[in-house]
Amino acid sequence: MRVVVDLTLCQGYAQCAYLAPESFKLSGEEALMYDPGPDDAQRERIMRAAAACPVRAIFTEPAPGTKA
Amino acid sequence: MTGPIAIVGAGLAGLRAAETLRREGYDGKLTVIGEEAHEPYDRPPLSKQILTGWVAADHTTLPRLENLDDVDWELGRRAVSLDLAGKKIMLDDGRAVPYDRCLIATGVRARPWFNETEAELDGMFVVHTSDDSRALRQRLAAKPRRVLVIGGGFTGSEVASVCRMLDVDVTLVELADAPLSGALGGVIGAVAADMQRDAGVDLRTGVRVDAIESDERGRVDGVRLSDGTDLDVDVVVVALGGIRNTEWLTGSRLAASALGIGCDAGCRAFDGNAIVTDDVFVAGDVARFPHPIYGYQMMTLEHWRNALIQAEIAAHNMIAKEADRRPHVSVPWFWSIQFEVNIKSVGVPSMADQVVVTQGSTADRRFVAAYGLNGTIVAAVSFNDGRYLEFYERLIQEAAPFPIRLDNVDQATGDDPVPAAFPPQSELTNRPTVVLTGHSPTEMRVERKETEETAA
Amino acid sequence: MSEPTLLDQVFAQENRQDPYPLFAEMRKTPVARQPDGTYVVSAYEHIVTLLHDPRVSSDPAKRGLPGPGQEPAFINTDPPKHDRLRRKTTAFFGPPHKPDLVASLEPWMHETVNGLIDGLAGKTRIDIVDDVAYPFPVSAICRVLGVPREDEPKFHDWSGTLIVALGARFHPEGQEEVFQKAIKASQELMAYLTDLAEAHRKSPADDLLSGLVTDEDPDRMADEDIPATSRLLLIAGHETTVNLIANGMLTLLRYPEQLERVRSEPGYVIRVVEELLRFEPPVQMIPSRSALEDIPLGETTIPAGSGIILATAAGNRDAARFTDPDQFEPERQDGEEGQHLGLGGGVHYCFGAPLARLEVQIALQTLARRLENPRLVQDPPEYRPSPVLRGPIHLPVEIDAVRPA
Repeated sequence: MRVVVDLTLCQGYAQCAYLAPESFKLSGEEALMYDPGPDDAQRERIMRAAAACPVRAIFTEPAPGTKA
Repeated sequence: MTGPIAIVGAGLAGLRAAETLRREGYDGKLTVIGEEAHEPYDRPPLSKQILTGWVAADHTTLPRLENLDDVDWELGRRAVSLDLAGKKIMLDDGRAVPYDRCLIATGVRARPWFNETEAELDGMFVVHTSDDSRALRQRLAAKPRRVLVIGGGFTGSEVASVCRMLDVDVTLVELADAPLSGALGGVIGAVAADMQRDAGVDLRTGVRVDAIESDERGRVDGVRLSDGTDLDVDVVVVALGGIRNTEWLTGSRLAASALGIGCDAGCRAFDGNAIVTDDVFVAGDVARFPHPIYGYQMMTLEHWRNALIQAEIAAHNMIAKEADRRPHVSVPWFWSIQFEVNIKSVGVPSMADQVVVTQGSTADRRFVAAYGLNGTIVAAVSFNDGRYLEFYERLIQEAAPFPIRLDNVDQATGDDPVPAAFPPQSELTNRPTVVLTGHSPTEMRVERKETEETAA
Repeated sequence: MSEPTLLDQVFAQENRQDPYPLFAEMRKTPVARQPDGTYVVSAYEHIVTLLHDPRVSSDPAKRGLPGPGQEPAFINTDPPKHDRLRRKTTAFFGPPHKPDLVASLEPWMHETVNGLIDGLAGKTRIDIVDDVAYPFPVSAICRVLGVPREDEPKFHDWSGTLIVALGARFHPEGQEEVFQKAIKASQELMAYLTDLAEAHRKSPADDLLSGLVTDEDPDRMADEDIPATSRLLLIAGHETTVNLIANGMLTLLRYPEQLERVRSEPGYVIRVVEELLRFEPPVQMIPSRSALEDIPLGETTIPAGSGIILATAAGNRDAARFTDPDQFEPERQDGEEGQHLGLGGGVHYCFGAPLARLEVQIALQTLARRLENPRLVQDPPEYRPSPVLRGPIHLPVEIDAVRPA
């Protein structure tokens, strides 16, 4: 999978870091570091993370909702 | 329109432009030319999670948000000139790529160390490409004795932060009085300096590196600073900013220089006579465009989000009818992650003459500070307090008065604003007041606000 | 006796089952001054603006409202105290210090929901609330917090009483008894939590309360803040997720083709839960904000000191933000997906949101998979009294059978 997070939009709600902790990690209280090239095995968790982002900052390929 | 369209530059801006063209219904011939032999990839992780070793250097390929199967990708090819009258781009292998419209998004490259011999030494690094990042990561993983970072801007500070996360000794040398002072001014820079020292960075300000020393095998083994100090270092990271990739346009008769390629608010390039072209567009780090909030100052921004938004607008404008074109007027945004702090800024802090902390506490490393110019707010910065910045964005769009009085809010000190202490910049002139309407960066228009003076 | 305001009507019990036409009326005056000087804000963009405005306070003490009599929990404080309390609570719940906690509960959640549904085998009539929507989130919050599950009946009563008072505060006439009961319930709950904290100090386990009481950080949460914090999490963990599951099942039973997609398409439930947070949010408004300074908004200015009610369920149906806002459409596109106000926004964004999302996704998907031919018995169902934390008291459903897990 390919992931990019628009860190301009990110406000550190951290829903992604809770729901897909292998792929999204907080550095301190608010800053987000993430894995831009995660394993396909992380797919469901990353879909949860992308849907939960209150500012829609997470973009993936394949897109959320597409069949694998 | 039928095309063909050529995009020079296969980074974030080039990719987003290609996606936008396809999404908005352009299905003609589309060529994307990129100097690096990689699919478009994202740069911000290169100075963070790649250097810590969490993510591999070639794992930042950007996701494609549209189907781009039908695009001619010329990767690992350099554009060497542009024929404005003949409407073609010449490549380094001798081929010409004709265009009906083209977009220039060639970005920047890392400024190399000024001494060419020293720059070639084993142990000298820049951080801009994925190859750079892979090489530096390898060296950091081998636990160097001491890393020297030259330049206390955002990239240099992020590299220093990674070194400390890896428990590697690091010295950061910055000519100004504080790190980040070019972008955020000396007052906020002083907070950044404290952050660095608390994390164990050996921070040296007000000095520069005079010479890099090497052993008999051509490996870096020391540096001499301008104050006479010698340091024992084996890795040097040169973080002195970027050089805009515009040299290839010398002779093209476009308004291209080291400052960028001049363009209008619709991303159309100016020619050398400052007459706007109708078929050459610019986006991203190379674009030098007028911003209505800042008195129509021409500005070039090396900001991720600017590349993204400007590329969308340029691509839209390339194929839209004239009445449907959009201006690039969104307020600039920026972020940096360092020392476990999320630094975000909205607006252009370096336009300001004054700064004041409006929320939170710098000692806690959680605060918001607002910047003003001649009594109007022009920017704001947050350290781990980013949820409030959209409030400040609105104030900036409305040309609200500065300082903002938030007397009852979050440790308000009642302090007066102080000079922001930016290293010297050119004078700014008076300007009309403008107000933005609309919520989406691609739906904004500009309208002139009547002030008491203009109504009189 | 003056005309009932729109807010009065929203609060009236008979409108609980469908307040949305009233919210539509409300949005015609998107910043509406009430007779008592409170401002009700119902337009989406205005609500978002205020959620990010530093001049908006969440601390009732700054308005001179009667406080709870003890230290308030972080939901009712402003920065900087808010940030310290919330940060300390997060240290034992999520990233950066406990990044894996919520995600690692997933297997336990599947086991728990399936266990509850296993218990329905052989029945042809069930109650979604009593059988799954209530016991599951309660077990989850007890596990996370470190509250013994067998004490549940006690705090069920306390929590219910407090929720009734929450809504009544904004309609104080004739509510004396409600407030008296709430004060008593609050005292009993706080005493219980203080004792529980002490018990955890003596024998700490791997839960949030133990973490707070045994924390050796110099910045640790003060003892006097711990009972209120645990009360907040206990009540929020009870009263909100329950309603999201119940409101969710009610909605899916009203839209059977959506229920079928949840049943058969892996991952579809994720989008469904986000759309439920827009369409039938368990928290319908954020009732106790106030203005610390004058706040210009739209055509008005909210004067400093005014109470502010953010009518988030109204904002969620704002046609200026959402196409066909009154359609239940989990596959919204074009920037509308996930943009609901159901979890708030700004620094007070729902603390338990990741836990709630996971719980509700798992509960709804498992119910969709395992209930054979579910039918609503009563539509609309009877609703709980609170207009703020809205959901059915019971959701009786007829089924043909329970499928194996």
